Amino acid sequence: MYGNDVIDPNVPLNAAETAAYDEATAHVEQRAAGEASGDGFDALIAADQRIEPRDAMPDKYRETLIRQIAQHAHSEIIGMQPEGNWITRAPSLRRKAILIAKVQDEAGHGLYLYSAAETLGIDRAELLDRLHDGKQKYSSIFNYPTLTWADNGAIGWLVDGAAIMNQVPLCRCSYGPYARAMIRVCKEESFHQRQGFEILWTLMRGTEAQQAMAQDAANRWWWPALAMFGPPDTGDAAVKGGHTEQSMAWGIKRFANDDLRQKFVDMMVPQADKLGIVLPDPDLRWNADRGHYDFGEIDWDEFWRVLRGDGPCNAERIEHRRRAHDEGAWVREAATAYAAKQASPRRESAA
Amino acid sequence: MSGAVTPPAETSAEVPETSADAPAEKSWPLWEVFVRGKRGLSHVHAGSLHAPDAALALRNARDVYTRRQEGVSLWVVRADDITASSPDEKDSFFDPAADKIYRHPTFYDVPDDVEYL
Repeated sequence: MYGNDVIDPNVPLNAAETAAYDEATAHVEQRAAGEASGDGFDALIAADQRIEPRDAMPDKYRETLIRQIAQHAHSEIIGMQPEGNWITRAPSLRRKAILIAKVQDEAGHGLYLYSAAETLGIDRAELLDRLHDGKQKYSSIFNYPTLTWADNGAIGWLVDGAAIMNQVPLCRCSYGPYARAMIRVCKEESFHQRQGFEILWTLMRGTEAQQAMAQDAANRWWWPALAMFGPPDTGDAAVKGGHTEQSMAWGIKRFANDDLRQKFVDMMVPQADKLGIVLPDPDLRWNADRGHYDFGEIDWDEFWRVLRGDGPCNAERIEHRRRAHDEGAWVREAATAYAAKQASPRRESAA
Repeated sequence: MSGAVTPPAETSAEVPETSADAPAEKSWPLWEVFVRGKRGLSHVHAGSLHAPDAALALRNARDVYTRRQEGVSLWVVRADDITASSPDEKDSFFDPAADKIYRHPTFYDVPDDVEYL
């Protein structure tokens, strides 16, 4: 998809295309070469070194990572559903092939992340149980429906764009396996955002009805995408009891939610202009004093409501996920039985 | 699990309890995946995955770790079969290397004006 010429290849479209990604990957090299003053957890963190699976680590650090990586993994696999919904109805073979590849990538990202979580001593099956039982969350963005084809464009452009903004700093996370998984994920997400932009770009140059469809999708996805960065964690509006401070001290998180959200808005406004899409925020305007775009109030009540289960598609997503898991049970059982049979050929022939 | 890369799971020995009528599904074993990026490079650890047997581990590894031509060759190894050094013994285990500095070329005093040495 990188060969696509409708987009100026010199303009960075997303965070994975900018210097931030290169800095994060270079950071890996540089850090590996550095010396810590000792092998203890605190010394390694202080020296900005990586923690690896068998190193000693505080229980809280382990728990925090398991929770965060599992939620991230769950988001990837639940995230297959909104777009998977459109595979049979993609408007061309080209779009269908792209959408299948994208949904497959989401599955792959889930697998990288579950395997990173497992290095912390938890079983994937246990994490899936927690997802199915509603004990662990996934990103609430996936509880919104994909009503039209343009939603696939808006998801790629806005949702994957926000995801990349969140994920690029995670390439520098203090926990080695998570950081390495994120480097792979970010590299692949870049295609996701570009294909989304291209869908909208095509629609915006189409008929009036197609333009209206693209605008409507952007209207519905803009605010949930901004909420993806999480509740306010700086200034007076900061939500109490958040994880930001501790996660920053541990090098799990590198930037505050609010800072990433601001960066995202600053990056998206010119892209929306280019598309000819009007972002649905009357308060959105350039603030020369701050050097940033000001934007309106996010509806945090809605965010919490959807996160707690009362979004348009919460029940449907989990129900679908459970059903897929249950209906796949016979395949897993058959493969296990086959493996057991192949492993004991001698006993078979003696019988 | 010896856990070169992955430590023993908290529950690996015990099958988690579920409802009495359905026996808990047995997890597939864990495999570590190594990818040779291109001819001339070594295989490098890429990650891990679950699979019932080696043949499926290889196919899954292809789908999970080489969707974009990241490799020309793949190894899969049962995580259980890897024996790893312990981080706790890191100092004593690797220490002997540090007191034999005469193994390094910089140990030797030679005149500055000798070429190609």
